[in-house]
Amino acid sequence: MAEATGIKEIIKPENLVYKRTRIMTDNVLSYCPGCGHGTTHRILAEIIDEEGLQSEAIGISPVGCSVLLYNFLDIDWQEAAHGRAPALATAIKRLMPEKFVFTYQGDGDLAAIGTSETIHACNRGENILIIFINNGIYGMTGGQMAPTTLPGMKTSTSPYGRDVKVMGNPLKMTDIVATLPGTYYVTRQSVHTPANVKKTKKAMRKAVHYQKLNKGTCFIEIVSNCPSNWKMTPVQSIKWMEENMFPFYPLGDLKIPEEQSAQ
Amino acid sequence: MEKELRLMKGNEAVAEAAIRAGTDGYFGYPITPQSEILEYLMEANPAKTTGMVVLQAESEVAAINMVYGGAACGKKVMTSSSSPGISLKQEGITYIAGAELPCLIVNVVRGGPGLGTIQPAQSDYFQATKGGGHGDYHLIVLAPASVQEMADFVDLSFELAFKYRNPVMMLSDGAIGQMMEKVWLSPPKERSKTVPEWATTGKPPTRERNIITSLDLDPNGQERFNQKLIDKYNEIREKEVRYEEFQCEDAEYLLVAYGTSARVCQKSVQLARAQGMKIGLLRPITLFPFPSKRLNALADKVKIMFSVEMSAGQMIEDVLLSVNGKVPVYHFGRMGGIVTTPEEVVVFLKSKIIGG
Repeated sequence: MAEATGIKEIIKPENLVYKRTRIMTDNVLSYCPGCGHGTTHRILAEIIDEEGLQSEAIGISPVGCSVLLYNFLDIDWQEAAHGRAPALATAIKRLMPEKFVFTYQGDGDLAAIGTSETIHACNRGENILIIFINNGIYGMTGGQMAPTTLPGMKTSTSPYGRDVKVMGNPLKMTDIVATLPGTYYVTRQSVHTPANVKKTKKAMRKAVHYQKLNKGTCFIEIVSNCPSNWKMTPVQSIKWMEENMFPFYPLGDLKIPEEQSAQ
Repeated sequence: MEKELRLMKGNEAVAEAAIRAGTDGYFGYPITPQSEILEYLMEANPAKTTGMVVLQAESEVAAINMVYGGAACGKKVMTSSSSPGISLKQEGITYIAGAELPCLIVNVVRGGPGLGTIQPAQSDYFQATKGGGHGDYHLIVLAPASVQEMADFVDLSFELAFKYRNPVMMLSDGAIGQMMEKVWLSPPKERSKTVPEWATTGKPPTRERNIITSLDLDPNGQERFNQKLIDKYNEIREKEVRYEEFQCEDAEYLLVAYGTSARVCQKSVQLARAQGMKIGLLRPITLFPFPSKRLNALADKVKIMFSVEMSAGQMIEDVLLSVNGKVPVYHFGRMGGIVTTPEEVVVFLKSKIIGG
């Protein structure tokens, strides 16, 4: 075991391998243990920092678990009404085309109440980035059925499991927006392993670069977990996500720019 | 540059005045009887001249949320609609009020409830002046009574909106929006380059990050904010009341009417005076703040007041509160898209003054 003096020897600038990203604030994250939001925030913060976007970025936080996102990243923020973030982003980007404008929305926000705003912003090809966290449930309000809830999945408003004959089928918004001519880059990722974190970061960096081209909407879905409302430990929830969510929401690119695919 | 004289519809006047006022963005959705605003702006294509953004949204809901986004950047932004569309916008309007953002919302009112009629009415008075959406808030409400005022109030609305960081509603109606009158248009102003210190335009190293939100999970914080709004509304009540008086000097009876009804009542005053009745007219120009103090003072001079409005009787409640029982107040007005005639008003006056 290292002595106290030994630890002091180790804590030196030359030994630094990990630190808080400059763009993350000191505010304590409001998420449950094991939730994917924190990791996704961190990736977003790193990208904004590394790409020098702090003075260009205007983020729009949703209504849902990440409603307080504006407390966590040190950039300018607007807090939207439930589902309306793409409408706000549309106006911001059109009024200030030189800025980097993005929304960060959950599946209730984006795929239920904000379906219209999402589809029409993507269909107009607004030059914004939409980050879509899909954990198949309404988290903040306590685990109700979302449009993305899997068939048979138990939630507080589908206590006997989602009966698709009565409650409808899960909506694959990412697949829908990928069919629209206005979208430029559409991908589905996750942040549950270090390898997937790297892939998501790579996708986010691509999206940031594509934004500068003004060729249409970039859309990144992140399939994530909700240990609290799935009533599982974080480790169980990761396993459940791999076994149940990924087959229905397969990871990978749904639409990549032509010049990219030609390479 | 001098003012320019044009013959225009009220709706067209709003659109042209918006371009000339240096508006940064207009976000709309078609609905009768105000679609000319969006049509005029699309045809004028100010993106080519002033750089103004004009966008047809997918819904009234999206349009008002685009206004939120633009207003939060400190831009001069506006939307317009008519009654059913304004109902849809109420969610966005309460968020805008809660985030203390300046903007202009034009309501060219038609008869309701529901889909109602496309003909003019004044039945959205409660919605406009008492908040309209959820929570304790007020819009500043301007009521134009002519095509000229529909043009002039664009600039005035933005001035008040930015002065108080508060949404402003121009409460017009289908008659003023659709009728053609001559209008003197102000020379064009350049779009403002000033950025308010609260605007979200990307955080430079020189300032803290700006956050536009209407959320405060701490009840004490929320109550402090509610109190701040009350203080702001009281200041507006103190400083921004606007009204016009017509033959009130010797009046024994007073008509209170705004917008189209005020135009009708001007004629009613002339007709009634020709028949020997000493009638005056007070026309509120601001509906919030309401000219309560002036009406209370006039209640010491007149015998009866009449609230003439194309509704089932909405503004009458503010008149009653203003006079606080000093004089009787009667409501008169047609509904369902029917514009009251001056003669009808006189017949009603007589019935209450002489007894009918």
